[in-house]
Amino acid sequence: MSELSDTSNDRESRWRALMASAQDGDHAAYGELLSDLFPVLLRFVVRKWPNAHDTEDVVQEILVSIHTVRQTYDRRRPFTPWLMTIAARRVADAARSRYARGANETTVDVLPETFDGDGAKSEQETRDDREALRRAMAILPASQRQAIELIKIQGLSLDEASQVTGKSVGALKVGIHRAIKAMRQALERIG
Amino acid sequence: MLNQDLIETLTDNCAPIRPLPHPAWRALVWFAVSLCYVAIVVAVMGVRPDFVAKIADPQFATELAAAFLTSVVAAAGAFSAGCPARPIWERLAAGLFFLLWAGALVVGCWRDVDAFGVSGLLSHSDIYCLPAILAISIPAAVLILSMVKRGAPIAPFVTIGLAALASTALAAAALRLSFRQDAAVSVCIWQFGSVVLLTGIASLFGRALLHWTRRDELMASFQADRR
Repeated sequence: MSELSDTSNDRESRWRALMASAQDGDHAAYGELLSDLFPVLLRFVVRKWPNAHDTEDVVQEILVSIHTVRQTYDRRRPFTPWLMTIAARRVADAARSRYARGANETTVDVLPETFDGDGAKSEQETRDDREALRRAMAILPASQRQAIELIKIQGLSLDEASQVTGKSVGALKVGIHRAIKAMRQALERIG
Repeated sequence: MLNQDLIETLTDNCAPIRPLPHPAWRALVWFAVSLCYVAIVVAVMGVRPDFVAKIADPQFATELAAAFLTSVVAAAGAFSAGCPARPIWERLAAGLFFLLWAGALVVGCWRDVDAFGVSGLLSHSDIYCLPAILAISIPAAVLILSMVKRGAPIAPFVTIGLAALASTALAAAALRLSFRQDAAVSVCIWQFGSVVLLTGIASLFGRALLHWTRRDELMASFQADRR
């Protein structure tokens, strides 16, 4: 028990020193502090909000908040309560905005047929859409095309795709994001 | 955005910053500046002719002191609410002086009943109090808003509510120094009521006035700085 509290006291002293240096403009200390905080905040977010789908995004928003209000840290006061107050508030904000978005969405078992749906189109239009998509995918770099095929076409989760490709989940997210952006631009050009 | 990329971007943009001074110190700075402004307003409107006699009245002196104390302690509470993990009592402390102020007004009403009977409680309309308090408090409110915006929007409704209370209480005190409106019920309804109403309305705008900077906004501001 005392060993545990010694460890947390050491950590607290270390963070206070790093934050004080960061406030003085020490880039290395700040980088070290943020790298230290990331896993701690990740665990905190998972514990506070186990159903969050975008845990890493929430942690990133917390880091941004820490950056923008770092002038509010008083060096004479403990660092951890300051950190956790910000983290708890940002988790609550993220949950509230998620539920607010969810309140405007309706879950349905069977999607109604729309004019965008294949069933509402002629066979020729459907074939044209597929052809346009195929051509838009063809211009992607191999790694982005593979990410799209695995996640968007085969329906693999990010973790499964990560095991297949050997890439990190973050790299796959970036790949998908860039691929969709490039495909959208290509589809606009194709008309 | 990758986690490591974000950490590197934040680290690259870690300019030296001055930690915010203690909330009490910031409140005193705000109060000193606002008091100078209020002194000018009172000088322009003219000090009430019976001021010397009135200030010797314990009820009036208590009411005035409580209004000023509510103002400065509410300002300290607003600054404290913007600093994560500061003690909660700092936000609540203004409530004590606010109650003292309300108590002084209630004593005034009681005295009026004693002197004039129930007719002493008949209030005439002093609707001008609301726009007057609003107008006088605006410069002080703008100043305190610019100061609380440097803090963290941990409790935006409370922060803006306390900032509004600080500004309007000061404006109400200025009115008491200028106008001979001594019917306690009128002061209670039109001056104290205006302060409560304006504070309540302002606090509803808490989240609109104080919000966190989002990741995308911050990244865009870094890019704009680089250009």
